[in-house]
Amino acid sequence: MGATPEIAVIDDLIRQRLDEILPQKLQEIQESKTPSMAIIATKGTLDWAYPPFILASTAAALGWDVTIFFTFYGLQLVKKDVSDLKVSPLGNPGMPMKMPFGPDWFKSINWNIPNVIQAGIPGFETVATKLMQQTIANNGVAKIEELRELSQEAGVKFVVCQMTVELFGFNHEDFVDGMDYVGAASFLPVAQTADVTLFI
Amino acid sequence: MNFDKELDARGLNCPLPILRAKKALAELTAGQTLRILATDPGSVKDFQAFAKQTGNELLSSAEKNKEFEFFIKRK
Repeated sequence: MGATPEIAVIDDLIRQRLDEILPQKLQEIQESKTPSMAIIATKGTLDWAYPPFILASTAAALGWDVTIFFTFYGLQLVKKDVSDLKVSPLGNPGMPMKMPFGPDWFKSINWNIPNVIQAGIPGFETVATKLMQQTIANNGVAKIEELRELSQEAGVKFVVCQMTVELFGFNHEDFVDGMDYVGAASFLPVAQTADVTLFI
Repeated sequence: MNFDKELDARGLNCPLPILRAKKALAELTAGQTLRILATDPGSVKDFQAFAKQTGNELLSSAEKNKEFEFFIKRK
């Protein structure tokens, strides 16, 4: 390394001093920093509308800076009217199929309906969606409209992928106000400096 | 315990009790206390985390007949 004895002594002193002051300095920096989160929302169904808005609104309530980038089917979540979001039990073996009404024994039945039957019944998704909406209301779970509004009120930044807006033939008028229409190059620097980055 | 404002979050599920509490606290001034009633069992841990992150002080947290009562002092 070729360091002279004097430099070696100075290096040692610096290391020793850094060991003493660095942990506290790092903690100070950590505590003074506002946490941040960047979410990519790609799903456009009623069930998958929840995770981005629950996490975004909660993070905002904790005082975090939050950005959601809506792309592909996630565009459905920023349409002015989200009352038509649907849930599909078809090909979704993880979804319990229980009735949100009737006596307890009836509500506890898990209706195991084969895919081929689900696919063959017209309006099956609409019925499943109505049942899901009722279940959501029964459980005191917020509506998507409310979580979205609370997110925006709390300063969550909504950014939208302009490419997919064009790809799916949407217009900016289809969407809620107060959003930026951007590309990947605008989102990545936000994600780069975020403490939490999620792809949903 | 004395309080300046009350939030009834009974019957509400995650994350509504936290979101409503945040809003209610915003209507208080520093040092004032918010009483929260909730039935969401997850809210016990959630209000601890909320207090720690936001700096508002969780004065007490109690359970009675499957209902939870929290007192939070605004920072």
